[in-house]
Amino acid sequence: MVMNIGVLALQGAVTEHVRAIQSCGANAILVKSSNDLAQVDGLLLPGGESTAMRRLIDYAQLLPALQEFSMEKPVFGTCAGLILLASEIENETPHIGKMRITARRNAFGRQVESFEVPLSIRGVKEDFSAVFIRAPKIVSVHEDVEVLATFEGDIVCARDRHFIACSFHPELTNDLSLMQYFLAMCREKAEEQVAQ
Amino acid sequence: MSILKGSEVVKRGMALMQKGGVIMDVVNAEQAKIAEAAGAVAVMALERVPSDIRVAGGVARMADPRIVEEVMNAVSIPVMAKARIGHIVEARVLESMGVDFIDESEVLTPADEEFHLLKSQYTVPFVCGCRDLGEAARRIGEGAAMLRTKGEPGTGNIVEAVRHMRKVNAQVRAVVAMNEDELMTEAKNLGAPFEVLLAIKQEGRLPVVNFAAGGVATPADAALMMELGADGVFVGSGIFKAENPEKFARAIVQATTHYQDYALISEVSKEIGVPIKGIDIRQLVPSERMQERGW
Repeated sequence: MVMNIGVLALQGAVTEHVRAIQSCGANAILVKSSNDLAQVDGLLLPGGESTAMRRLIDYAQLLPALQEFSMEKPVFGTCAGLILLASEIENETPHIGKMRITARRNAFGRQVESFEVPLSIRGVKEDFSAVFIRAPKIVSVHEDVEVLATFEGDIVCARDRHFIACSFHPELTNDLSLMQYFLAMCREKAEEQVAQ
Repeated sequence: MSILKGSEVVKRGMALMQKGGVIMDVVNAEQAKIAEAAGAVAVMALERVPSDIRVAGGVARMADPRIVEEVMNAVSIPVMAKARIGHIVEARVLESMGVDFIDESEVLTPADEEFHLLKSQYTVPFVCGCRDLGEAARRIGEGAAMLRTKGEPGTGNIVEAVRHMRKVNAQVRAVVAMNEDELMTEAKNLGAPFEVLLAIKQEGRLPVVNFAAGGVATPADAALMMELGADGVFVGSGIFKAENPEKFARAIVQATTHYQDYALISEVSKEIGVPIKGIDIRQLVPSERMQERGW
């Protein structure tokens, strides 16, 4: 079964995620309206500017559709996408708000502090090349949330049921392992729903 | 575990995160907040918008650091600032202040009429203007992490930005279609580094993002530039010289994202007031054309 994976295409590193999805053998679908959501098995929230994305979500009146989609289907948030998914954000009201984590925006400082580092991601890869750009961090998680990676003691990648989020940008490298992990989550969920 | 800051991936990656967005010129905290609330992906902090620089005349320099600081404290989106072409110290000062991106900009009076900054030596990423692939490739060769068309700043006239975007993209397509053994002569003809042309040939596109700038005045202008292949849009004088900056900013942000949704562009363009008046490019004498600056 070929999966249809949506990429929220309002702003940010959209084409990079599209390329990664296609390299994994899945179909990539640009999501700009609630109609686009109907045909996808999983959704990618790309990196970009979370504040701008939230405005564009509001302008397109897309928030209720994204929240409804998140009840059933897998969602992968990278960087700004992590912020959109988080159930709590320090000093800010949540957006989609379905993944049980607390996020802190720009947690590593301004752009001159942005960095790349090899990272061990549990169940995915030992030395994943992680690119952090004005990145957020996860300051705390619900007890049932699985922490997949930490950097200097801070949580930078986690999974909560059918949600996964990371502080860094897998789309900026050629490493597809995290995308493949997400596609496996989507496939599992789709098969589960077929079985029901 | 080795941490790498200021790498090419980190700098070019920062520019990728701005894609599909609008970067707005602001001169104080209040304007920065309006831009952020409207959905700007970044703001450019400066002392005067380009149309006022034209009126003021004299030497245009890096903004007063107090203005840059005021803007940085006012918003959580990235803050960019302009340094004069070739002004090593203005660039280092802005870097030390922690601005997120520096525009080595022809809008300011050049400090060096022969050499641009060696941008690869900085931790902070740079954006530079270009009119053709030769300029674009030289700036990439120097380490620019992002490009923008020069257009003709402060005119509210899109014609030059259109010319530059079409030119660069046509030249990129030509390079991609060439055989590899033709690239060295093309490099000579364009005045472009061979390695940059090789990267374009191999990747099928520019190795960094290319925004539109210099004359965007209306939501339809922004959408036009996206249609022509821009990765995003800089709006300088177009927002805060418009009659109603809040409405204008919101409309341009939406038109940039949904640039092929013409019903939406028509809707957001209603009742937003009068845009910047604009200048016919043919009325500008050569010495008033900012796009001629840079080499």
